[in-house]
Amino acid sequence: MKLHEYQAKQVFADAGIPTPDSALASDVDGVLEAAADIGYPVAIKAQVQVGGRGKAGGIELVESDEEAREAAERIIGMDLKGIHVERVLVEEAVDFTNELYVGVTMDRGEGKPVAMVSTKGGVNIEEVAEEDPDAIAREHIDPSFGMQPYQARKVVFDAGVDRAVATDVAGVLSTLYDLWTSKDGSDAEINPLMVTADDEVIAADAVMNIDEDALFRQPEIAEMGEEAAGGDELEQKADEYGFDYVRLDGSVGIIGNGAGLVMTTLDLVDYYGGSPANFLDVGGGAKAERITNALDMVFSDDNVDSVVFNIFGGITRGDEVAKGINEALEAFDEIPKPVVVRLAGTNWEEGMEILNEDLVTVEQTLEDAVQRSVEYAEEGEA
Amino acid sequence: MSVLVDEDTRVVVQGITGGEGKFHAGQMMEYGTNVVAGAVPGKGGQEVDGVPVYDTVDQAVREEDADASVIFVPPAFAGDAIFEALDTDLDLAVAITEGIPTQDMARVNKRLTETDTRLLGPNCPGIITPGESKLGILPGNIFAPGDVGLVSRSGTLTYQVVDSLTNRGIGQTTAIGIGGDPIIGTDFVDALAAFEDDPDTEAIVMCGEIGGEDEEEAAQYIADHVDTPVVGFIAGRTAPPGKRMGHAGAIVSGSGTGTAESKIDALNDAGVPVGDTPEEVADSVESIL
Repeated sequence: MKLHEYQAKQVFADAGIPTPDSALASDVDGVLEAAADIGYPVAIKAQVQVGGRGKAGGIELVESDEEAREAAERIIGMDLKGIHVERVLVEEAVDFTNELYVGVTMDRGEGKPVAMVSTKGGVNIEEVAEEDPDAIAREHIDPSFGMQPYQARKVVFDAGVDRAVATDVAGVLSTLYDLWTSKDGSDAEINPLMVTADDEVIAADAVMNIDEDALFRQPEIAEMGEEAAGGDELEQKADEYGFDYVRLDGSVGIIGNGAGLVMTTLDLVDYYGGSPANFLDVGGGAKAERITNALDMVFSDDNVDSVVFNIFGGITRGDEVAKGINEALEAFDEIPKPVVVRLAGTNWEEGMEILNEDLVTVEQTLEDAVQRSVEYAEEGEA
Repeated sequence: MSVLVDEDTRVVVQGITGGEGKFHAGQMMEYGTNVVAGAVPGKGGQEVDGVPVYDTVDQAVREEDADASVIFVPPAFAGDAIFEALDTDLDLAVAITEGIPTQDMARVNKRLTETDTRLLGPNCPGIITPGESKLGILPGNIFAPGDVGLVSRSGTLTYQVVDSLTNRGIGQTTAIGIGGDPIIGTDFVDALAAFEDDPDTEAIVMCGEIGGEDEEEAAQYIADHVDTPVVGFIAGRTAPPGKRMGHAGAIVSGSGTGTAESKIDALNDAGVPVGDTPEEVADSVESIL
């Protein structure tokens, strides 16, 4: 789960990391009021969770009421890479001499947390990692002891951070690590951490992504998440139903159980010349109602011209799946899009007996089911 | 022959009184698994389907001589349950639970360096030696005893591939589900090493997916250490970067690491054919045997 910049900054500021003066606004008057309080120049920053916000026109530096009004009118309500901008952060513009990067994440290869510092802040750190990996200093942390003070100093000095600010940067990094552990972070990042002419450091941006599996023990963060929710309408609906769902831009709707098998079904759709409309994993042990909801999800996507249902039952039972498909489809006077079903594994024979074959096309193998759904999608487009 | 589990494996089920634990303990016993005990704090002295329940794993080991555990404990308590299994010096702990916080698994990962217990999972379907023993939730009826070792990050994809093999009369020595999380115990390299050491395993099927670099490491290991023929499959060729495809570990990062292409290339470079479809995997195995 990703926190918005303003939320992450609040979390960082509460922990003692210096952040610029700022206020949240959702209309032009709010922006002008905030700018007057803070004092020009200020940055007006769209609060949406997309990468490359600045390049897409979601951040503007303004020096007067006139410029602020113009920027606010443009940014609030704009469509930024498909996301509607509802709020902006009005923030003190920091006069900096240098931009650093500090971050903490999980190194999955090592199975250990890793702290990172670079003097190449202010740019896309993934590009730095690829083009100039030595420009990022790294230090693995033993999770049973936490980050030792010397480790914070070591990674800061290894990165070549100026001696005058090294102690402060190490302090910020230590705090960031503590936040990352105490809030169950997956990534915590400050990019850029600005260095001012008087050798002060200040977090000009803030990224805090939380491990969704740990939200049960992070009630405050979970509450922020409700506010942070946004994104595609269908993806929100999937959240409500509790599905793992990713929307893609093809025409074959895909429903299955188990991430690996659903991914494989997507790949086969592509392999046989079709294009997948989505990834939808109903999970293990799905009952009839869940199957009905899954069909509702996929039918809600206007791009979908056909649907392939591929269930290999382990803990999921074929009879429950068949019941769910019948219930979903019998509610329609006319089936919106052709549905191809392939059932295998636990209770598949019982499922086949129950399944109303007037409403769906049944195939015995995964390959046949996928090819049939691709044909239907082509007919639907024609 | 087989790897890691056989008919003599003595199993304690952690979380046997819960819905899933009870159901799957029953399924395991029906398959022939030697389930000797359950372990649930506060439920010691009860019985589930004739299996004695103890308050701690340690008691189950002392009283029933258990040497492996299967963990069906809810995510909030599963990290603790894994620690308990590791600290009791079992040979094998199989964690089925999905959704364990990653930072809990980082601490477990540290503990693994200090113990001889092998961990399988979490978020995995378990392990089965057909005709002898299964530890986990795999549907036993699709497996058959035979010569092929199988290791996979995904449960249902395992079933799909196994079904294709069994339908052709190709059985399995052991099938191992290593799990779809970012931090897991037994990885591809560990499983490949076990199959390479097993004289009865004539071919190995390895099913990977996008995310991380485990498949690339496995490819290198195969090139250096594995003489048994290996056939590969990689799920997620069409997955867009930055989107988590169900499994917490299945994500192609923005910088392009963890792609299906990189994994397929690495395996091909190691001499491992990678099927475009599960049926192609079965074709390759059939031609090897």
